[in-house]
Amino acid sequence: MPETVSLTINGARRQVARGTTVAAAMLLVQEPTRISVTGEPRAALCGMGICFECRAVVNGVAHRRTCQILCEQDMAVETNP
Amino acid sequence: MTFTNTTRTDVLVVGAGPAGIAAATAAAENGRQVIVLDDNVTAGGQIWRGATVGQPQHTDPHKQRALEKLERSGARVLAGRAVFNADASGMLQALQETASARFAEEFRFEQLVLATGARERFLPFPGWTLPGVFGAGGLQALVKSGYPIAGKRVIVAGTGPLLLAVAAHLAEDGAVVSSVLEQAPLALLAPFAASLLSHPAKLLQGARFRAGLWKTTYRTGCWVVEAIAAPGGEKLEALRMTDGSRTWIEPCDLLACGYHLVPNTELAALLGCKFSGSFVQVDNQQRTSVPNIFCAGEPTGIAGLDAALVQGEIAGRACAGRSDTSLQRRAAKERGFADRMEKAFALRSELQALPHPETIVCRCEDVRFDALQGHTGWTDAKLQTRCGMGPCQGRICGPAIEHLLGWRAVSVRQPLFPVPLEALCSQDETTDINKSNELIEEKA
Repeated sequence: MPETVSLTINGARRQVARGTTVAAAMLLVQEPTRISVTGEPRAALCGMGICFECRAVVNGVAHRRTCQILCEQDMAVETNP
Repeated sequence: MTFTNTTRTDVLVVGAGPAGIAAATAAAENGRQVIVLDDNVTAGGQIWRGATVGQPQHTDPHKQRALEKLERSGARVLAGRAVFNADASGMLQALQETASARFAEEFRFEQLVLATGARERFLPFPGWTLPGVFGAGGLQALVKSGYPIAGKRVIVAGTGPLLLAVAAHLAEDGAVVSSVLEQAPLALLAPFAASLLSHPAKLLQGARFRAGLWKTTYRTGCWVVEAIAAPGGEKLEALRMTDGSRTWIEPCDLLACGYHLVPNTELAALLGCKFSGSFVQVDNQQRTSVPNIFCAGEPTGIAGLDAALVQGEIAGRACAGRSDTSLQRRAAKERGFADRMEKAFALRSELQALPHPETIVCRCEDVRFDALQGHTGWTDAKLQTRCGMGPCQGRICGPAIEHLLGWRAVSVRQPLFPVPLEALCSQDETTDINKSNELIEEKA
């Protein structure tokens, strides 16, 4: 099994180590996971599935908790509007 | 609600942290059929969270042994399940989440063990919503999940024994941890450290963490009052901190800040378990007030790893009708540790003045601190401001507001986590929405 997986984050192709969660990948490339109701960029806070700050659009589905999802080959992730 | 996808088991354990692992192992070793559900990607919980990337540098031999024993016991672990509903008749529903699908599953059990652990307490301060500000355990979890931290300047702050552990792990992963700020005064910490003499293993652990941090300044009686953004306003650049009389600024890339732990008791409340203060009431066999429902670990009192393991084992054996007085004596000793910890890391009253009027308190709904002024309690504030009504359902702002304004959450209802409608509807056409919306009041 390859040591890295390749996915797109806000349209840009990125390589991350296998086993990386989507939340960690978004921190790595400094993309916010979501934009808050008053327009602030947000990133993961609790890292354990409680706070919902890391929710993003994964493979077209909005509001996914990215700290609980591992990156997969050719996954498409976008900042939750 | 009728589910086509139903699994039956003797014992269902919610949470695969140390308490849940111990409970499941003990129940299965005593002849019960056991299923363990966990919200996370893998078993281990938070204190035993494994690295999912690269070589597991921090693999704990105790954790390895516990996981091997669990596997040998025959208990089945189902990870990636968020429990959103249960009732005392022996029914529990969980949302299974994978990268590509979400669907609901139903479980039927004879006995249920609640081992739902704890989360960090966050207190709002100006700038705490900036990317770069994390929980203390939160940053550690994200690093273990593949966020590289080597070379980053990190400040660890808040309160609790977790801070030094987090700082040591981050330093081991190459972070430059310049300061650790503990809000508790030395006068309270010193007796706590001395009391650890009755728990030598804990003292040794503390000393080891300290030894890895020889370049780090450890300040007691100090706390962060503001996270300062770099020009552009979207990136953390520095922190303003205080010792109560003077304030100063230290530059950093990341802040790891948590104010000790609060128990995850939503499921126990939904099931109607009796509480003692913030914690689930249990007897010496870890039985809650509801028949056939047991609780072990942090929801019964924040007492750490050793207490979770022994309570879990007691609960697991109790599910097989067995009891053990020597285990009960050990559990009682660990409860003493919890009481001392609570006194040592009590939140100072100055922290109530952390938020400014414009500081966001509820991060889900962006409710400012000044919007809460003039409301009499949670119900009023929720109706008028939507505070605590976003996806986290008050799990983050609830404990903060309890410290800031003294309001206690009044009710818990299902779904305990946001569940997409299609996950419910895909199960069965006989889904009864009205029944699922019944309001269940917390019997605190």
